[in-house]
Amino acid sequence: MTVIGTPLKRKEDPKLLTGEGKYVDDIHAVGELWMGMVRSTMAHATIDGVDTSAAAGMPGVHAVYTGAQLMDMGLWAAPLPCAWPVTPDMVNPPHYPVATGEVHHVGEIIAVVLADTRARAADAAEQVEVSYGPLPAVASIAEARTDGAKAHSELASNKSYTWALVPDPAALDAAFAAATHHVTAEFTQQRLIPVPMEPRGVLAVPGVAGGDVTIYSSSQVPHFLKILLAATTGISESKIRAVAPAVGGGFGAKLNINPDESLALVLANKLGRPVRWTETRSEAAFSTHQGRGQLQRIELAADADGKLLGVRVHLDADMGAYMMLVTPGVPLLGSFLYTGVYDVPAFGFTCDGWFTNMTPTDAYRGAGRPEASYAIERAMDILAGKVGVGPDEIRRRNYLAGGEKFENLAVPSTLVFDSGHYGPSLDLALDKAGYGDLRAEQARRRAAGDSKQLGIGLCTYVEICGLAPSRALGGLGFGSGGWEHAVVRLLPTGKAEVVSGSTPHGQGHETSWSMIVADKLGIDPADVTVLHSDTAISPLGLDTYGSRSLAVGGVAISMACDKVIDKARLIAAHQMEANPEDLEFAEGAFTVKGSPDKTMPIQAIAFGAFLAHNLPDGMEPNLQEQMTFDPSNFAFPFGTHVAVVEVDETTGQVDLLRYVAVDDCGNQINPLIVEGQIHGGIVQGVAQALWEDAAWDADGNLRNPSLLDYLVPSAAEMPSFETAFTVTPSPANPLGVKGVGEAGTIGSAAAVINAVCDALSPHGITDIEMPATPRRVWKAIQEAKQ
Amino acid sequence: MEIAVEINGVSHSADVEPRTLLVHFIRDVVGLTGTNIGCDTSSCGACTIHLNGEAVKSCTVLAVQADGQQLTTIEGLADGEQLHPMQQAFMECHALQCGYCTPGMVMASVSLLDENPNPTEAEVREGLEGNLCRCTGYHNIVKAVLSAAGGGK
Repeated sequence: MTVIGTPLKRKEDPKLLTGEGKYVDDIHAVGELWMGMVRSTMAHATIDGVDTSAAAGMPGVHAVYTGAQLMDMGLWAAPLPCAWPVTPDMVNPPHYPVATGEVHHVGEIIAVVLADTRARAADAAEQVEVSYGPLPAVASIAEARTDGAKAHSELASNKSYTWALVPDPAALDAAFAAATHHVTAEFTQQRLIPVPMEPRGVLAVPGVAGGDVTIYSSSQVPHFLKILLAATTGISESKIRAVAPAVGGGFGAKLNINPDESLALVLANKLGRPVRWTETRSEAAFSTHQGRGQLQRIELAADADGKLLGVRVHLDADMGAYMMLVTPGVPLLGSFLYTGVYDVPAFGFTCDGWFTNMTPTDAYRGAGRPEASYAIERAMDILAGKVGVGPDEIRRRNYLAGGEKFENLAVPSTLVFDSGHYGPSLDLALDKAGYGDLRAEQARRRAAGDSKQLGIGLCTYVEICGLAPSRALGGLGFGSGGWEHAVVRLLPTGKAEVVSGSTPHGQGHETSWSMIVADKLGIDPADVTVLHSDTAISPLGLDTYGSRSLAVGGVAISMACDKVIDKARLIAAHQMEANPEDLEFAEGAFTVKGSPDKTMPIQAIAFGAFLAHNLPDGMEPNLQEQMTFDPSNFAFPFGTHVAVVEVDETTGQVDLLRYVAVDDCGNQINPLIVEGQIHGGIVQGVAQALWEDAAWDADGNLRNPSLLDYLVPSAAEMPSFETAFTVTPSPANPLGVKGVGEAGTIGSAAAVINAVCDALSPHGITDIEMPATPRRVWKAIQEAKQ
Repeated sequence: MEIAVEINGVSHSADVEPRTLLVHFIRDVVGLTGTNIGCDTSSCGACTIHLNGEAVKSCTVLAVQADGQQLTTIEGLADGEQLHPMQQAFMECHALQCGYCTPGMVMASVSLLDENPNPTEAEVREGLEGNLCRCTGYHNIVKAVLSAAGGGK
């Protein structure tokens, strides 16, 4: 019986389809108080006064606290955490949940109201009067770099850090000196609002007598939440229980330790009453971090045939107003991927992190890797134009290992790629797209002077996921390991229970983990229950981000199953009076080799282990094993995407006609789930390419915080996708799996903009800034015509 | 104001503030939390329910406007243990991931097929324009709706 690789329907679905799924805002506690946040309307200002008297007198209002009052109450042992000090001298101004003295971005919390209903908390928050002393705001990276105005008054410079990865500077200089072709390109990675459909929310429930507190949060990282709230509030970790109930999407936006979570915890603990808050969508643009926000400069050096000799990259990255959990590290996650899938002898990367007076940035789907993939894949198309070959040919000439299959290949960015096989990925994508026919249609339209021109864009991406080998994280200065923990136990009745430290928010872990256990133990997936996302149930875990769940957490489960089988073998051998090595385990039962009638199902062994009447001497009762898996390497999924766009030259409108995605995430557990991840990922990359843009004005005001103005695509803007897969197993783990949660996003923005530029190439246009709005495209065409 | 609303065949009476949105009444007063809230501008459709058999975003209706009306929420769609064909199609086609947009998306899809039993793919895409999903890329949602239409709903 093998269930792995089959499109099993998801276990999660019936609850979610019938409204039984309980998200944070669906959970209530008796006596709960709602927080209403008084948020700064200024990007940068001194707080000269906060008048809470009117709000305090309103019906249903329990209390109003200013930042200064909260600090006086001694509720915090340390500022909110940044777990990734990327350099020893990184500048990191203290970030407390509520501002005192000076605010540093619109939406920063200045005071908090506690009231008995959501509406009353919001009403009262509006009645708090704040007097500001305006200060100059830094509202772009370009402005931060001038170091005129400072984002924090006490800073000597807006620069927080400079990070460099230049393995061999002399070789890099030599590569550029020897090159025939040079490409220098600058790209803007605009800020994006992550927009998981469930806004974030939190509910902290104190156990008054025991001094403990349970925090329910719409979080991707309940384990980090517990540890870091303990460390920053001084409340004992043993008194905090963190629960992530049903979580309505994350995409990195819920990978943080937020002011509201810390406030709810300390106020609930202080007042002895449940305290809660749910962000509104428009509030989320300020209360939840944003993604991207980089200026990229990439230079390629190539010989006369277009063979790459060197790649040099510099980033200026927008940290926003504060360092959140992994803010400074996000741009660096991409640093290793700016050579893409290519054989590049010399490489150099530098990054400056800058403070601005905007919502902090942090992880958003792909986190550093879509940016890297975009830069190299856009630059490769520009190089193809200079060399005079097609985008397919320039890639073929440069693929690592010549496009042939490889394993454990060292690349100049100091990593070892686990496995890759890029040639067939491109072949399959071009074949599926009907590349020749598309080029013919493009030629026909060009010859006819059609107002709607066709563009075809390629991208062969590679990404780094399966975060992560703990030692590698240590080398990068990250304040955590990268392991994952699992427990697999068989219950007395033969059902299996899995405890995983990996925490899902839409990825279908319950289904995939059940399939792994079912496959290993030879039982029905319906007989496997998966427990997760509650630190009282799964005390050990490092949560979900960086497409790590399967490649680390799933592997831990698989290895725990191996241990269960090892123990069960000893019990079976003992009870069947056979040698352990004479037993075969298949289809969920041990059989004595050569005696097919002597067999014992694992359920019977589980019951025997529970009874403990007849176990080998000294053996512990019960059939339960645990595994903490620390991977030896990252995983490097890859793929080739082809976007086909139609550009209306009279209006500048870009329509995505077709999207072909060939992806390789190693072995697949559930192809239904894999495809779903690819689909959703593609749309987030397409959205960056064509529509989404957090638009900040020069004063640091966000002009489009709501979904009326921030253009999250609907079904009407998207085509159906044409997907296919190649399978190149990872040698880095026993399941041969990689990861797929971010791959779609990492491939798609570059494919779409390459297609747009391809359509516009007869005008001599080589770049369009994201998002490629009708206005930008139309303007570029008009300027090219002059 | 005192209102009485029939939700999923059960009558609910309550005294509500005139400004109370229908979605808040359903969730916070009646306690049916299957209907979700995803925005504050009537853009996302997560709160879509049926009002007298037609899909509406329940954040665009005041609770007092629903006085005396009949509502169906996601909790009332299945027939006991038997999922509605649209719920079944969503499961078969993997048309949901995190599930947050799902109740609204399912209610909108049921209404779409009520109005147009045999839609084209383009009609499904246009018809669901008011419901946002961030997980699925819509591919499998569209597939599910077309499958439910083909399955003789």
